[in-house]
Amino acid sequence: MLAFFHDGRLGPGGVVFSSIHGSPSVSSLEARERAAVESAVQRFGHEPGPLLVVLHAVQDALGYIPPPAVPEIAAALNLSRAEVHGVVTFYHYFRTVPHGRRVVQVCRAEACQARGGAALEAHARQRLGVGFDETTADGAVTLEAVYCLGNCATGPSVRIDGRMHSHVTPERFDALTGRQRSQ
Amino acid sequence: MATRVYVPKDATALSLGADEVAAALAAHAGGTVEIVRTGSRGMFWLEPLVEVATPAGRVGYGPVAAADVPALLAAGLLEGGTHRLRIGPVEEQPYLKGQQRLTFARVGVVDPASVADYVAHGGYRGLERALAMSPAEIVKAVTDSGLRGRGGAAFPTGIKWKTVLDQAAAQKYVTCNADEGDSGTFADRMLMEGDPLLLVEGMTIAGLAVGATQGYIYCRVEYPEAIDSVRTAIAAAHAAGYLGASVRGSGRRFDLGVRVGAGAYICGEETSMLESLEGRRGEVRVRPPLPAIKGLFGQPTIVNNVISLASVPVILERGADYYKNFGVGRSLGTIPLQLAGNLKRGGLVERAFGVTLREVLEDYGGGSASGRPLRAVQIGGPLGAYVPASQFDTPLDYESLAAIGAMLGHGGIVAFDDTVDMARMARYAFEFCAIESCGKCTPCRIGSSRGVNVIDNLLAGQQPALQRRLLEELCETMVQGSLCGLGGMAPFPVQSALRHFPEDFAPRGRH
Repeated sequence: MLAFFHDGRLGPGGVVFSSIHGSPSVSSLEARERAAVESAVQRFGHEPGPLLVVLHAVQDALGYIPPPAVPEIAAALNLSRAEVHGVVTFYHYFRTVPHGRRVVQVCRAEACQARGGAALEAHARQRLGVGFDETTADGAVTLEAVYCLGNCATGPSVRIDGRMHSHVTPERFDALTGRQRSQ
Repeated sequence: MATRVYVPKDATALSLGADEVAAALAAHAGGTVEIVRTGSRGMFWLEPLVEVATPAGRVGYGPVAAADVPALLAAGLLEGGTHRLRIGPVEEQPYLKGQQRLTFARVGVVDPASVADYVAHGGYRGLERALAMSPAEIVKAVTDSGLRGRGGAAFPTGIKWKTVLDQAAAQKYVTCNADEGDSGTFADRMLMEGDPLLLVEGMTIAGLAVGATQGYIYCRVEYPEAIDSVRTAIAAAHAAGYLGASVRGSGRRFDLGVRVGAGAYICGEETSMLESLEGRRGEVRVRPPLPAIKGLFGQPTIVNNVISLASVPVILERGADYYKNFGVGRSLGTIPLQLAGNLKRGGLVERAFGVTLREVLEDYGGGSASGRPLRAVQIGGPLGAYVPASQFDTPLDYESLAAIGAMLGHGGIVAFDDTVDMARMARYAFEFCAIESCGKCTPCRIGSSRGVNVIDNLLAGQQPALQRRLLEELCETMVQGSLCGLGGMAPFPVQSALRHFPEDFAPRGRH
């Protein structure tokens, strides 16, 4: 019973796939987006179970996965559009919109909470004026929540543009993100 | 001749400025030093910990900031000279000296990218032994060692391997679960960053044991340094003939690839991980069939945690009897404990099972970082129970923890001081479950969100007696009715918080 729901390829996805394939809506990819998608499919499409690998390559290249890429990837990998959309939206890491100039990830997990993580989280939202998975109005910073960076002995932990920081107090957060009160 | 200086590139060390220290050393000491980037020794309060090779062994300095480097050099760093940051011979540190490092023996010591360094420090001896054994003999050695899965479920590794060995299939797989999502755990990360060839060796032995020719390491995307380190090690092992079409000229193939997760805690559950490896949503599979019978792409598959696989080489090298001499009862061997949260000396402590929680928190951890009394620890990640100070004398082994309603899990220990609000932590347990639920089964998907509501209502004083009963029934429903451990265990921290800290659940004003 559950297996029936689980295996999207046997469901209505196949119908969606055949009706969407080749439809004009796919052409809304910008040229650089199309190049990234085509390159990802070309490099990794042959691997067994390639969808996550392909999506990673697209996000690595663009910083996000443009929704019009979904039918393109589905067609190239012989999957339904529903399957690709389902995977993109299942995983927290995949974004469908461009991120800000900087990406700030704040750890919300217990080990960081034990060292002031909850206060840091509240400070980050308040200082940037956004919630998680939102970007400041000036496009400067995207704030994201993460659930453990594996840096659990020296929290609270924050990763900014890939670089991890330990012992992040609210003051250090402001300094690291360039958002001191005097800005 | 240039003096060899070791600077970690472990993710925690990097977060504390290790790259800047290495750059300062290169700038100020120039050609007089050979800088080797290593993993971390797991004494994180000393990071960045710089070690200098001297005739008397490796001498440590830490925590070093880039700005300290000129003064350190002036004080004779390269000869092991005196300075306020000098901690003396690293191996003599009490924190390290009392440990029983079987799997972490080389972490922080060797260059993780070098096969030559790995072999020079005793690496690949287990594989050499395995190449001379039959598959059944390898499986028997692992079974006899008593090794149980270190990812948290503690299932006997040898039995899993035997099941895969016994299947007839054209293709079998070895998969490594490196989706170390539990808060308070970093052993997999440290091992992959500090001694990735040990994992490669363990997986190669697993492939020989069950007749699998392809392995995958499924590593979480939150660990970019570990991903790089493992990929580098795989390429090095391949170039040196330890992976590929003919492992060490044996004529037996084993290939290894890395797959990267995408921020889903549930993918640490083994069947979700397999779904994700196949390129799908990480939704739990109904068992049976077991992955050992029908796993990756429907084929017989070993799914083991990083530390389980990294424990295999020493078992093959020194024998099952050597390994099972460590530990107590049915918890045999060693366990890398991860000291996290509010502790003065957080880090990695590998000891035989049976060390007490108090010994770990006080003798190693040095008590709280804040200086306040420790009130509770959460053991085994976000699904693990909270243990009150009155139970700190419990030995850390699977059975002793089960007896107090707790679990060891992957060995993460998160300490909280007396400012912790246990109702808030219980609420967070449900919130986390709601965020990370794969959505396949109702008790987990709906129960977790309802749990948050019920705790909010309880704390708001809306019919507290009723909410309390609802909460208990909800926990019971999730434990009994969920498909996998996420929904099935998320109530454990809640129930333990209610049991040990009922005073924190008294109705209060709006929070």
